[in-house]
Amino acid sequence: MREKLLDIIEELCGDDIVKEDPDIDLLEEGLIDSLDYIELLLKIEDAFGLKMSPSELTREEMATPNRIIEVVEKRLA
Amino acid sequence: MQLYGENIFFICLVAALIPAFILGYFEKPLKPYGMAATVFFVVAAMKDKPQALVYLLGFVLLEYLLARIYLKAMSLEKKPGITYPAVLVLTILPLTLNKILLAVNGTAGILALIGISYMTFKAAQIIIEIHDGLIKELRADEYFYLMLFFPALLSGPIDRSRRFQEDIRRRIPREEYLEMASAGIYKILLGMVYKIAIAAIINLVMDTFGSDHTLSSIAIYYYTYGFYLFFDFAGYSLMAVGTGYLLGVRVPDNFNKPFVSKDIQEFWNRWHITLSHWLRDYVFSRVTMNLMRKRLVKDKLVMASIGLMTNMFLMGCWHGLTSYYIIYGLYHGVLLVLFEIIRKKSKFYKKHKKEKWFTAVSWLVTMHLVLFGFYIFSGRFTEDIAYLL
Repeated sequence: MREKLLDIIEELCGDDIVKEDPDIDLLEEGLIDSLDYIELLLKIEDAFGLKMSPSELTREEMATPNRIIEVVEKRLA
Repeated sequence: MQLYGENIFFICLVAALIPAFILGYFEKPLKPYGMAATVFFVVAAMKDKPQALVYLLGFVLLEYLLARIYLKAMSLEKKPGITYPAVLVLTILPLTLNKILLAVNGTAGILALIGISYMTFKAAQIIIEIHDGLIKELRADEYFYLMLFFPALLSGPIDRSRRFQEDIRRRIPREEYLEMASAGIYKILLGMVYKIAIAAIINLVMDTFGSDHTLSSIAIYYYTYGFYLFFDFAGYSLMAVGTGYLLGVRVPDNFNKPFVSKDIQEFWNRWHITLSHWLRDYVFSRVTMNLMRKRLVKDKLVMASIGLMTNMFLMGCWHGLTSYYIIYGLYHGVLLVLFEIIRKKSKFYKKHKKEKWFTAVSWLVTMHLVLFGFYIFSGRFTEDIAYLL
């Protein structure tokens, strides 16, 4: 699951740095914008059947690849 | 009594915050006290207009009942029906009528409610999040408290219900409360300096040197109005946030040094933050999500543009159905779309964006575009144009 999610994030950001440094702040580094974020949510929905609302979590709660993974893992458990 | 507007308010505020501080210091729940203080300030603010107070309570009750009915309907309904759009439209109907009446008659009659623009955001957020399954319960006392929370009643910041609820329900440890209280007091004092001293001085300069239709006068107005607006609104917001802190509520910040922005997108992350983030989360996100889901549009740039224009057009209308507010909204929509195109397509931008000279130029251009936006917003742009013609 972790790998799959990292692939999704990498594809969205177009940068493999997200795999090298999964604690990188995607917002601060300008790797993900508001539209990418929506795409991320939809891709998570497609890949894991997990429906997430755009306002469910703050952007800070979903700021790094590791945090995103943690949220998805928790929700799927 | 005018909230944040008169000496008597500030005297009452200090008097009201001392018991809050004592309660917070002894780790006692602040919710009942905050509610009582809210009742006091709302009644005091409207004591000359008892009828308006009745309308205000009627409005909040109506919004509450809509949310309740929708919550009930959600528990019964299996398929998505028309209930959601219907309830959402009804929730924003009072505000819509208020704006239409103001534009047509110059007065909103019984809908001229204090803080209606801001309360409607909170009410709509609750409906949208009931729809998304994020809100499953509502308590009348907490709903009224959120809507009428006196520090933010007049002009925001626009808080979110789940965040607010978490704050008012938790017990704050002494150390944390003391930190909040000192930050809160600092914000209130800084806000007073912003609003009562700096904004007032700029206003004086603006009125004295900037009210003619000559080019120099327009230039003075152009370079001062945005700063006046900032110190006035950010000053108010600081006081609202600070007061919230003392009542144990971490009201979100509304401004973060907007005039250092190096591009227009950054500006909207620094200016009236709770408004722009509300629109991002509940309008832009929903519009683009629907476009993506239904595959109506393939190109991401087109998708973003539709979302941004919808966002900013609504933002303009929300300020008022007046030509210059709508122009202001569309103007910022166009700026955001243009920046999005540059950000995504321009090789020149990608190559140079981190260089010093580029950020300097980018900052200067952004500043002038932003100030021009405020010049539109003030109503002076359309007025000056009409005068020139």
